Amino acid sequence: MEVDYEKIEKAAKRRSGVLRGLTYAGLSVWALIVLFPFYWMILTSVKSYASYNAEYVPSFFTLHPTLENYENAFTAVPLGGYLMNTVIFALLTTLLMVVVSVLAAYAFARLEFKGKNLVFTLFLSLMMIPSELVVITNFVTITNLDLRNTFTGLILPSVTSVFYIYLLKENFEQVPDELYRAAKVDGTSDLKYLWKVMVPICRPTIVTVTILKIIECWNSYVWPRLITDDPAYYLVSNGIQEIRENGFGRENIPAMMAAVVVISVPLIILFLVFRRKIMEGVARGGMKG
Amino acid sequence: MSTNNKKAWLYLLPALLFLIFFMVYPLIDVIIYSVEEGYNFASQTYFGVGTYNFSYVLHDPYCLQAVKNTFILVIITAPVSSGLALLISVGLSSIRPLRELYQTIYFLPYVTNTLAVGLVFMILFQRTEYTDGMVNLLINWFGGESVDFIDGPYWAKMFVLCFYTVWVVMPFKILVLTSALASVNQDYYKAARVDGTPRLRVFTKITLPMISPMLFYLVITGFIGAFKAYSDAVALFGTDLNAAGMNTIVGYVYDMLYGDSGGYPSYASAAAVILFVIVLTITCVNLLVSRKKVRY
Amino acid sequence: MKIVLQNLTKKFPGRGKKAQGEVTAVNDLSFEIADGELLALLGPSGCGKSTTLNLICGLEKPTAGHIFFGERDITALSPELRGVGMVFQNYALYPHLTVRENIVFPLENRKGKDKLSREEMNAKAQETARLVQIEELMDRKPGELSGGQQQRVAIARALVKMPGVLLLDEPLSNLDARLRLKTREEIRRIQKQTGITTVFVTHDQDEAMSISDRIAVMRDGVLMQLGKPQEVYDNPESLFVARFLGTPPINVFEGQVRGERLYIGDEAVLEAGGVPDQPVWVGIRPEGFLPQEDGPLSCALGRVEVLGRDISILSSHPACTGQTLRSIISAETRVDASAAQIHFALKPGKVFLFHRETEERIPCVLG
Repeated sequence: MEVDYEKIEKAAKRRSGVLRGLTYAGLSVWALIVLFPFYWMILTSVKSYASYNAEYVPSFFTLHPTLENYENAFTAVPLGGYLMNTVIFALLTTLLMVVVSVLAAYAFARLEFKGKNLVFTLFLSLMMIPSELVVITNFVTITNLDLRNTFTGLILPSVTSVFYIYLLKENFEQVPDELYRAAKVDGTSDLKYLWKVMVPICRPTIVTVTILKIIECWNSYVWPRLITDDPAYYLVSNGIQEIRENGFGRENIPAMMAAVVVISVPLIILFLVFRRKIMEGVARGGMKG
Repeated sequence: MSTNNKKAWLYLLPALLFLIFFMVYPLIDVIIYSVEEGYNFASQTYFGVGTYNFSYVLHDPYCLQAVKNTFILVIITAPVSSGLALLISVGLSSIRPLRELYQTIYFLPYVTNTLAVGLVFMILFQRTEYTDGMVNLLINWFGGESVDFIDGPYWAKMFVLCFYTVWVVMPFKILVLTSALASVNQDYYKAARVDGTPRLRVFTKITLPMISPMLFYLVITGFIGAFKAYSDAVALFGTDLNAAGMNTIVGYVYDMLYGDSGGYPSYASAAAVILFVIVLTITCVNLLVSRKKVRY
Repeated sequence: MKIVLQNLTKKFPGRGKKAQGEVTAVNDLSFEIADGELLALLGPSGCGKSTTLNLICGLEKPTAGHIFFGERDITALSPELRGVGMVFQNYALYPHLTVRENIVFPLENRKGKDKLSREEMNAKAQETARLVQIEELMDRKPGELSGGQQQRVAIARALVKMPGVLLLDEPLSNLDARLRLKTREEIRRIQKQTGITTVFVTHDQDEAMSISDRIAVMRDGVLMQLGKPQEVYDNPESLFVARFLGTPPINVFEGQVRGERLYIGDEAVLEAGGVPDQPVWVGIRPEGFLPQEDGPLSCALGRVEVLGRDISILSSHPACTGQTLRSIISAETRVDASAAQIHFALKPGKVFLFHRETEERIPCVLG
């Protein structure tokens, strides 16, 4: 009996060891697939134009890294301008969005008013509307208002976000009612209560929402493309497309990759700093649907 | 009470203004556009009302190509990405050391600019006169023939598009599934262990049913997301997607609206409405199926 | 089946950033559980009782020591090979399966020659369901059941494979007070009927005292005392055990033994024959007080609560370690609630002496 059991136990251990090995191998393969494009883009960006074009068979490393492509990226094409535009666009849009959303979320979470449920239901149903559907009219509206190639035209339609209002409202509702009543007894105004109590308590969520919106702004492509045709107002996405199609005279791929690295790095740094917050926020977004 | 009422509306006002002006009004307007025949953008006049825009769009070969491309993309990427994400998440949940590192790596594509990294994919897959590219090098290693994935045969271009789409959507799916797996009460697994439940049975009988709501949610959002594919294609094949034969429905809408082929908001609206109807139908069908399948 | 724990030790790696080294959850534990016995592992949270249960179950592997089921050393075996049934604190019923499917689940795992036909499985499930009296709930889902019913389903699922050992982790903690009373009798009945050796973990001494054959009191991973509930209550071997058992809790005084007499404050309360002079802890059970005009222990009377059958007297004494001193006396006794002082005589059998430093019991006969 005893021996028999030991054998079973040993076999099970061996099997689970093999399974573990396979798991790590599989996970590593996907990690490689994810990381490889990043590696390739950095690698290519430090190869010189001449040496890149001389490689018929691409090499996996370079012994003579150069930063000339980065210089090129900032001088031959207005990459600095694109970055600046994107930063302005992302910050202004996010700031406006947070203010507007916090106010609305507070109204839904704490204030009582007639028709609240109806308005909120309508609100939620707006989450179903794909942005592709409303972009057409917005394009016409902004064109008619003569706001093409302006920051106003870029920013205004990008401000609204039903989902973030919803997320904030959920969070605001978790703040105990007693705090609100206590503040009311002390004669605190709603605005002061919102600013002094709600916002500090819910800061983690607000930070998450802010970061997610910045990421969204940084990567937005469709709306900026429709609304800007003057390169002075291009954001990075449009900039990179412009570089690809018209930049650097001939196909200067190392320089292009340098531009890609410059565009990608700020977000990757942001991600590495706020890793937990970002992943938590995205996961929560997924849970709520 | 009435002052409170007014105050609440005041707080809501900015959000409402934005939403009404940039979401509700456009929603109504796009439907009006889609039935106005012969709309002229410059003079803002139209001949009459009817379904001509829809029939034009549905007979436009570019549109049909875009619909075909989109459907292929959806049918391949939604199940593949969900399945792969499930596999990876289960693997990820079963290990302890290095888990955070893997999780961080897997999430990277989420925070990268689609257009920018698309460019990297392009040079990895592209075959030019100077080089066959990285991927072809791999193919050659395994004894295959070089293929131009960016300017070559249709299936090759579709493969790259699907591959890139999956690469881009995986972070979200892996993240959602790992959190779903983590939220399953560990006692279920302990109970199963005490009963000597085989691994596969634990997976099919406990894990899968427990995370099935999340899985269905991911499949549905996967469908919807793939239907709206556009920037991935632009990133790989450039802005002139019609010429590359790789346009998508959303791309068709924008091309009708703007750019060299643009200036037809009516056609664009009609195409957008068609897209919306398709997405809505598929979502409803998915929901009906999931209501039957998700068992608690 | 007899269970033997031999020098069982379980260490966990330190958790958190600051924690260094290891945490010893179970420390050199040795005792036997007789065949067919119902044993309660009792102790405050973090005392290692759940870890002990997990070790017996096989969900955790010990760092050192051995576990025997009967004569067989099963220390290295994984849970499914041990033939144990386990009921989890939150029941761990699969929410997407019906009660019947839940109960059949363990049987479906069997392979090879142990494999059962569908009919056999259903018959076994039905039989177990009858034992725990849930036959009419078989086609419901766990979400539609009350806490007590879920508890029974969980027990049925653990029993259906005829385990040699049944393990219950805090089986009553998720039930409300009334159900708890009913369910604990139910567990006792099922255990008696099946005769399965049963170990259950609880932090509630009432629960442990009322249904188990023996109780094992644990603290910081160490077995403090093992015995029949009444024995442990009447003869605590340490101040900890004395304090842990009994409601209302035991009253503890600072005392002195001088010249074979026990003093609390300046009052000589009892004769302590054979005990050398030393400072001691004096534990007196609430029922150990007798109000008497000339009683040696005088306390400041606080409040008198009439509980029907009993009277509870709250008073205070400077030497008492607690703020209030609670005594329970029979309702027939007359107590003047308006008096400032009350005098007690003590029942020697309800008074225990403990060493001041080690807090271990000082064996003696008081009188």
